[in-house]
Amino acid sequence: MPDQDKYNEADPLSEAGTGEEEMPSAVESRTFDLGTMEGQSLIKAERLADHPETPAIEDRVVARSLWQDAWRDLRRNPIFIISGLLIIFLVVMAIWPGLFTSTDPLKCDLSKSQQGAESGHPFGFDTQGCDVYSRTVHGARASITVGVCATAGAALTGTVLGGLAGFFGGWLDSVVSRIADIFFGIPILLGGLVFLSVIPSQSIWIVVAFIVVLGWPQLARIGRGAVITAKQQDYVTAARALGAGNARLMLRHILPNAVAPIIVVATIALGTYIALEATLSFLGVGLKPPTVSWGIDISSAADTFRNAPHMLLYPAGALSLTVLAFIMLGDAVRDALDPKLR
Amino acid sequence: MVSNGSSALGAAVPEEIAFAQKVAPGEPILEVRDLVKHFPLTKGVVFRKLVGAVKAVDGVSFDLIQGETLGIVGESGCGKSTLAKVLMNLEPATSGSVKYKGEEISRLSGAALKAVRRNIQMVFQDPYTSLNPRMTVGDIIGEPYEIHPEVAPKGERRRAVQDLLDVVGLNPEYINRYPHQFSGGQRQRIGIARGLALKPEIIICDEPVSALDVSVQAQVINLLDRLQKDFELSYMFIAHDLSIVRHISDRVGVMYLGKMVEIGSDLEIYDHATHPYTQALLSAVPVPDPSQREARDRIVLEGDVPSPANPPSGCRFRTRCWKAQEKCTLEEPLLIVRPGLQRLAAHDSACHFAEEREVELTAEERQQRPADE
Repeated sequence: MPDQDKYNEADPLSEAGTGEEEMPSAVESRTFDLGTMEGQSLIKAERLADHPETPAIEDRVVARSLWQDAWRDLRRNPIFIISGLLIIFLVVMAIWPGLFTSTDPLKCDLSKSQQGAESGHPFGFDTQGCDVYSRTVHGARASITVGVCATAGAALTGTVLGGLAGFFGGWLDSVVSRIADIFFGIPILLGGLVFLSVIPSQSIWIVVAFIVVLGWPQLARIGRGAVITAKQQDYVTAARALGAGNARLMLRHILPNAVAPIIVVATIALGTYIALEATLSFLGVGLKPPTVSWGIDISSAADTFRNAPHMLLYPAGALSLTVLAFIMLGDAVRDALDPKLR
Repeated sequence: MVSNGSSALGAAVPEEIAFAQKVAPGEPILEVRDLVKHFPLTKGVVFRKLVGAVKAVDGVSFDLIQGETLGIVGESGCGKSTLAKVLMNLEPATSGSVKYKGEEISRLSGAALKAVRRNIQMVFQDPYTSLNPRMTVGDIIGEPYEIHPEVAPKGERRRAVQDLLDVVGLNPEYINRYPHQFSGGQRQRIGIARGLALKPEIIICDEPVSALDVSVQAQVINLLDRLQKDFELSYMFIAHDLSIVRHISDRVGVMYLGKMVEIGSDLEIYDHATHPYTQALLSAVPVPDPSQREARDRIVLEGDVPSPANPPSGCRFRTRCWKAQEKCTLEEPLLIVRPGLQRLAAHDSACHFAEEREVELTAEERQQRPADE
């Protein structure tokens, strides 16, 4: 093969010239050069002499990995920045509600029942005459705790169990898939009524645990499917042929290629879980007063929406904003992990 | 680090040392004997019942000689790729033996298997799925060094990766690019660079160019050819394109339905084939010259390839063979040199009635023929 063929497939997208002049540092390490290379090597050697201060390629190109590239990408992505700031804002609100309001959400005045906004009470009052603004700020803690913790728990359990089932297959797959089917078969509201009514504690963590137990099979199925698809690709076989162990195959090759659908479903599930907490609270088995949560407020305001829409709009708006922020974040992370979209 | 496998064979030599010895050119580096790979066919969901087996590779024997290219040809489904996977230890062999430098490697596991993997590498068919789309080219080619850290110290890995890119004819500055930014031919070069990273002695190429454009095929083939000379590699080159195999191979093996039916030097196979299947295969090679195309004598086989789950008795090719007789049903032909065959026709062939086919030679071929012999 004539050596003009070197780099002949250089693609037009190349921003740096595919150029011969970038080559000199490799000249001395060439052990594979055949006779036909001599002419070119000479030319390169001349160029090398012309630019003796040209640093070696090895020093000029900094190697990056997928995660470094993804992070570089994310930092410049306005959607990621906006959703990140929004989430930080909501988390701060959940941890220190006192920073945003000094009104006690449980101090109510029945004489102001369902009244609109007035000075010092920008969101108006609910049926009990409590301040809606204060309740919306204080409700963030319960709702975000339930949403984030339940999603994280379900995604982690589901991905690990589903991923292992998909990767190893065989009896492990059968066992995990059948257990997932059993939990899938439990109607979530009926299950909630039964489980949560027999447990005396009304702690927020009981609700989180219940949602994780009923939510993981959905993510396990998606994770299992994505892992099976990725596992069958030639690059996994190639890594195995190199001697890669199971841990490397799963973490380096399969997980990055299987994580996209999991991120999408998990971010959508986050909103569903906050709404589910609201439904359970509405049914009287979820969080109970004096706990303040968006879910409780949304369900109690639903009946009087026509008379006093502000009671519903503010906590529901906060919930929508939270879900939107997490979906945007998930979208940005998923896109950053896909080099083809860069 | 003495594996059970090697001590059982009486050769209590540490794997690393044993594999470090060079094999002289002309000596076998890989000896495959009666290799069998059956995929079980099961019925039922809970209680799996064995109802048969797909005999993908069924008793294949050959030697790979140090420094040579052994071409393996055969139609789709004849077991070529399964053979490659078993040799790579990606699928466990059902029975038979694979000896690398005299050490049995088909039943190794753990550290011993890892040591063998350093020396036998593979280039895959499809450059679009054999590179992880979410890894940079630098990470893809550098991964062998992470798995085998003893090959290149950490500080020198990036340089080693860039040297490899250069060796396969890609710009060393491309290390931060992702596979989708390259063309099919460039991707295959990346796959070849990954295969070379551990400085292996044997590379198994599983149809390395069949997914590429014809114009790019030649570049990749020539690259493989050059690398073989520079790095003293032995290739097992699996393909179904007979002209490419002829171009690159020193010896050629022909497979049909899980069996090796004929094996010999490229001249012996291409110009003096004695097995009817090889003869039929060769007669189907397209001839670029239309006037000669008229003149050639094509053998058109009847019927389909039988199921590998239920292959014919005796000779597997007998159901489609125009020479088939009762002996072919009863007795399996061995892969041996039959008496009575002369000169280049005298090579291993698994046919009871092995003989050269009388072909009407075109003028051009008649000129070439005496020169060949």
